[in-house]
Amino acid sequence: MGITMSAGTLDAAAALPRRLSPVTGLRNSLTLTWRSVLKIRTNSEDLLGLSLQPIMLLLLFTYVFGGAIAHGNVRAYLDYVLPGILVQTVLFATLGTGLMLNQDISAGIFDRFRSLPIARWAPLAGAILGDVTRYVISVVVTIVLGIVLGFRIDTNPVAAIAGCLLVLAFALAMCWVSAWIGLIVKTPQGVQAFGFTAMFPIVFGSGILVPIQTMPGWLQAFAKANPLTLLAAACRGLMRGGTVAQPAAESMLWALGIVLVFAPLAVRAYRRRA
Amino acid sequence: MTAAIEAEGLVKDFGKTPALAGVDLAAAAGTVLGVLGPNGAGKTTAVRILTTLLQPDGGRAAVGGYDIVTDAHRVRQLIGLTGQYASVDDGLSGTNNLVMIGRLLGLGRAEARSRAAQLLSRFDLTDAAARPVKTYSGGMRRRIDLAASLVGHPQVLFLDEPTTGLDPQARSDVWEMIRVLVADGVTVLLTTQYLDEADQLADDIVVIDHGRVIATGTPDELKAKIGGQVLEVVPADPGRVPDVASIVTSWAGEEHATQSGDRTITAQVPAAAVLAGIVRQLDENGIELAEFSLRKSSLDEVFLTLTGHRAQGAAAAGANDIRAEDDLKWASR
Repeated sequence: MGITMSAGTLDAAAALPRRLSPVTGLRNSLTLTWRSVLKIRTNSEDLLGLSLQPIMLLLLFTYVFGGAIAHGNVRAYLDYVLPGILVQTVLFATLGTGLMLNQDISAGIFDRFRSLPIARWAPLAGAILGDVTRYVISVVVTIVLGIVLGFRIDTNPVAAIAGCLLVLAFALAMCWVSAWIGLIVKTPQGVQAFGFTAMFPIVFGSGILVPIQTMPGWLQAFAKANPLTLLAAACRGLMRGGTVAQPAAESMLWALGIVLVFAPLAVRAYRRRA
Repeated sequence: MTAAIEAEGLVKDFGKTPALAGVDLAAAAGTVLGVLGPNGAGKTTAVRILTTLLQPDGGRAAVGGYDIVTDAHRVRQLIGLTGQYASVDDGLSGTNNLVMIGRLLGLGRAEARSRAAQLLSRFDLTDAAARPVKTYSGGMRRRIDLAASLVGHPQVLFLDEPTTGLDPQARSDVWEMIRVLVADGVTVLLTTQYLDEADQLADDIVVIDHGRVIATGTPDELKAKIGGQVLEVVPADPGRVPDVASIVTSWAGEEHATQSGDRTITAQVPAAAVLAGIVRQLDENGIELAEFSLRKSSLDEVFLTLTGHRAQGAAAAGANDIRAEDDLKWASR
């Protein structure tokens, strides 16, 4: 019986495809995207953190710092800072990509994926696509609370949505940085510590929360070139009116550059570790 | 006769220390191959190579007739893997974990759901199906891991220490499941540090230590290989234990004799002549015996003889083993 069995086994095996079609790879990625989204939905802590963070930041900057920065004109400051908070919130949310990849590897879920006949890149793509949901949640929470607090969109809804899309596009570039960190750092705690430390100077050395005129010259130079300054400016222009084309183009150029540098780094780290 | 699993001269180096220094093994279709060895022997590395998670530095291997390096994608279509490192997603429910794997394997939505339900009921997890896996007990966890590796009806199943850390009841449940799978024609490679597990389940055993195969054979062959017989001597007078020990040692050789309990001297005896010599010398020294018995060696003694150190007893296994395997896992990255 054993011999008949093995003969049958071989016949069946001869029909196995040798390679995976790109369509299957895409399907694998979508399944893993579904998993990421499901995890957000079922993990109430993550969901809470995701919504609370923009709320806290918006309240903090509007009511604690806003009056001091804008000489008492809290409303005017809100109009200025909301696009900045949007950028900041989404940037922090990109850390989730690296965190999830790191957890998957530490917990051994990646080894399960790798033993399955699926596309090698699908888990990475699934993690990144799934994270877009997180960014959208952050953006929606920030805008809705902003409007409740008195933020006014002076342009039109289409332009405002374009502003949000610009921020999301930039986040998609930044999540490659996060993925890279997640793949080279050993523990999830390390990802968090490393990620926040790296993000602080970029977030605060920019014009997203305060006008840069009062900064010392060297910092102004840094803040002017900072892609976050450009991104927030473009977003501000799209929501409140003002220059859009130049900061938008420049921030997207930055995004492209970031992808060109960090996507290969992340993929290399991924191949090495996965 | 084709082998479902075949490996020749597998070599893997992590830095300077070789994890595998030329391992050969083979499992015929529909059989269970037990890979036995202490912590850090190279068992997990061997499994990771055979399941395409790790590339060998030397040698070759094939699963279901397909080379694990050049035809890895086909190998992955044939295998299932359960190990401490190939895990399910803690944050998802049992059902969603299995549905996800079904979808990844190309099943439709409805098919994936029904396959998940079927496996959950088979592994007695229907009641916990909707709960996140992180709420599962150790035994349930191992069952969902096993279920996850069966979604694609694998022909060759790799079980890396499937019962480490489980209580006796959960262990025997897992054993029963393995027997059912084998009866269905699945080939199983099972690594274990438990000798009784290999003895119970395996058709063939490969003993690995320090990255080398130090013995192969059926459980019976292995037991027979080591002289086959174990002598146990208990002197009537506990004060004579050292004398008995020295006599037995002088005949059986230092590496084959041990003292267990208070006054039992145990020794592997290769030939009947040795036995006669021991009896004569004990008699000449006027040592009265409470017990003098001869039995077939257990795998435990085989292991001791082969490796020079004792296998971990069932009781000693647990957290330490898991940690050691974890170290190995990190080393392999």
